Amino acid sequence: MRVWLPYLAVWSNHLHSNRLKLMAPILSVRDLEKTYDDGFQALKSMSLDIEEGEVFALLGPNGAGKTTLISTICGLVRPTSGTITVAGFDALKDYRAARKLIGLVPQEMPTAPFEIVGDTVALSRGLFGLPPNEKLIERLLKDLTLWEKRDNPIMALSGGMKRRLLVAKALSHEPKILFLDEPTAGVDVELRHDMWRIVGELKERGVTTILTTHYIEEAEEMADRVGVINKGELVLVEKKAELMQKLGRKLLTLHLTDRLTAVPDTLSKHNLMLENEGESLTYIYDTHADRTGITTLLTDLSTAGVRFHDLQTDQSSLEDIFVGLVKQG
Amino acid sequence: MNFEAMKSIYIAEMARTRRTIMQSVISPVISTVLYFVVFGAAIGSRISEINGVSYGAFIVPGLIMLSLMTQSLSNASFGIYFPRFTGTIFEVLSAPISFLEITIAYVGAAATKSIIVGLIILITANFFVPLEIQHPFWMAAFFILTAVTFALLGFIIGIWADNFEKLQFVPLLIVTPLAFLGGSFYSINMLPEIWQKVTLINPVVYLISGFRWSFYGQADVSLWLSLFATMIFLGGSLAIVHWIFKTGYRLKP
Repeated sequence: MRVWLPYLAVWSNHLHSNRLKLMAPILSVRDLEKTYDDGFQALKSMSLDIEEGEVFALLGPNGAGKTTLISTICGLVRPTSGTITVAGFDALKDYRAARKLIGLVPQEMPTAPFEIVGDTVALSRGLFGLPPNEKLIERLLKDLTLWEKRDNPIMALSGGMKRRLLVAKALSHEPKILFLDEPTAGVDVELRHDMWRIVGELKERGVTTILTTHYIEEAEEMADRVGVINKGELVLVEKKAELMQKLGRKLLTLHLTDRLTAVPDTLSKHNLMLENEGESLTYIYDTHADRTGITTLLTDLSTAGVRFHDLQTDQSSLEDIFVGLVKQG
Repeated sequence: MNFEAMKSIYIAEMARTRRTIMQSVISPVISTVLYFVVFGAAIGSRISEINGVSYGAFIVPGLIMLSLMTQSLSNASFGIYFPRFTGTIFEVLSAPISFLEITIAYVGAAATKSIIVGLIILITANFFVPLEIQHPFWMAAFFILTAVTFALLGFIIGIWADNFEKLQFVPLLIVTPLAFLGGSFYSINMLPEIWQKVTLINPVVYLISGFRWSFYGQADVSLWLSLFATMIFLGGSLAIVHWIFKTGYRLKP
């Protein structure tokens, strides 16, 4: 893992260079800080722009500040300092205009067990100041395969249905921005794919989605851009496509027959690294390059008399980047 | 004002009452009927009239007040505590709705419920004892003011409480004794002189006294003092609610 860190440093420099500069961002967070009453600093001067229509994935370990960030934007947590603007409206001063544009699906599944499914979605719409719209609610419940359950109390729903119900509630006022806080934590594969499908459909309708996740796979699947958050700071923001391109680099590990104390001078041009107390050599190469340098390396190894009994190649994934960044922090 | 949102909360809260009709409406009515049977019929027949009003009739305003206060408290405290407990409060707090609107909706729903219960008790009492209401306007005023004030107090308790025990604590250990000792079942003139003085520090005395005056034209303390005390109560509760929302106490970290 250490081997990748120099590259990560380079990637981090791209932090603010990849913003689309065509439109004003639909969500803009500036120097946002949050220190809780117990002194815990959950957000340290965070700045982030979200473009209209994109799917943005926030990755980060538990306690990194993902939920605090979302909660602060949605008005559940009071910021210590900094500004949040939603489509030009200040989230504190113009909270009515700002919040009308936002839908939130929280991480836990808070539901009132005795409320009726259909009523609770209607209630959500009403809270946003909108008149009842039975057609819309019918469509939402059908889209989320909850229509059959509309007259049941919430406690009769399975976990997956509750999650979908929360999505229906969050969409009941037709928000422009949807926050999904860990939408697939602890759900089965089918529901996870359901959720991905929903996000895809919302994107087609122009809804901006910001989701937090532990699953790198999910970010790879859905996101246009990825942000990594750790200890209250954004350590990386990058377009997923560019990030993935950089993942073309591979790591070749040679397990040596005889332990080495140092890399022989004749091999110095290959930038090899000695690992595992001299038991293995690692070599980084770019699969997209014209020449990977592997043939030369193997010839030089043979000349130098370095023998190996096994070899393996690894490709870096978003997960490696994530783990690397978080450890580094 | 986000009227649609207030209406939604109000309707949802009233729907909760319909779902729990036994607990919300029928049980207070039953307990009041029991009070009538015990205090009005069984014991009351041995107690002489109080200033020309039969004991059974005398306790009606006190009983209504007792239910009004306890019902407002429990409805409002539970109404806001339960969403906090389940976490569904997030939806209200992230909606484009002001704190004032949240309070009006929740407190309004809780007060409505207790007023309905109070009216049912009034009608029920009418079957047991002859009732007269000399000052209907004042009666309505004390009725509504008390319901709203105690619903506000309940709302505060529901925000303050962080477990079910605390939720029960204030109504059970503070308000119920104050209501019983506040002259629900007796005129404070019946007390020894020293206790007549002590009892005046009990705020509930003023509420019950004013309310009883609106029925029978007789009171333990003057009407204006009753009204003044009620307003102080109301103002104090409003001030606390204002502080809660200003600081985000227990709602917004």
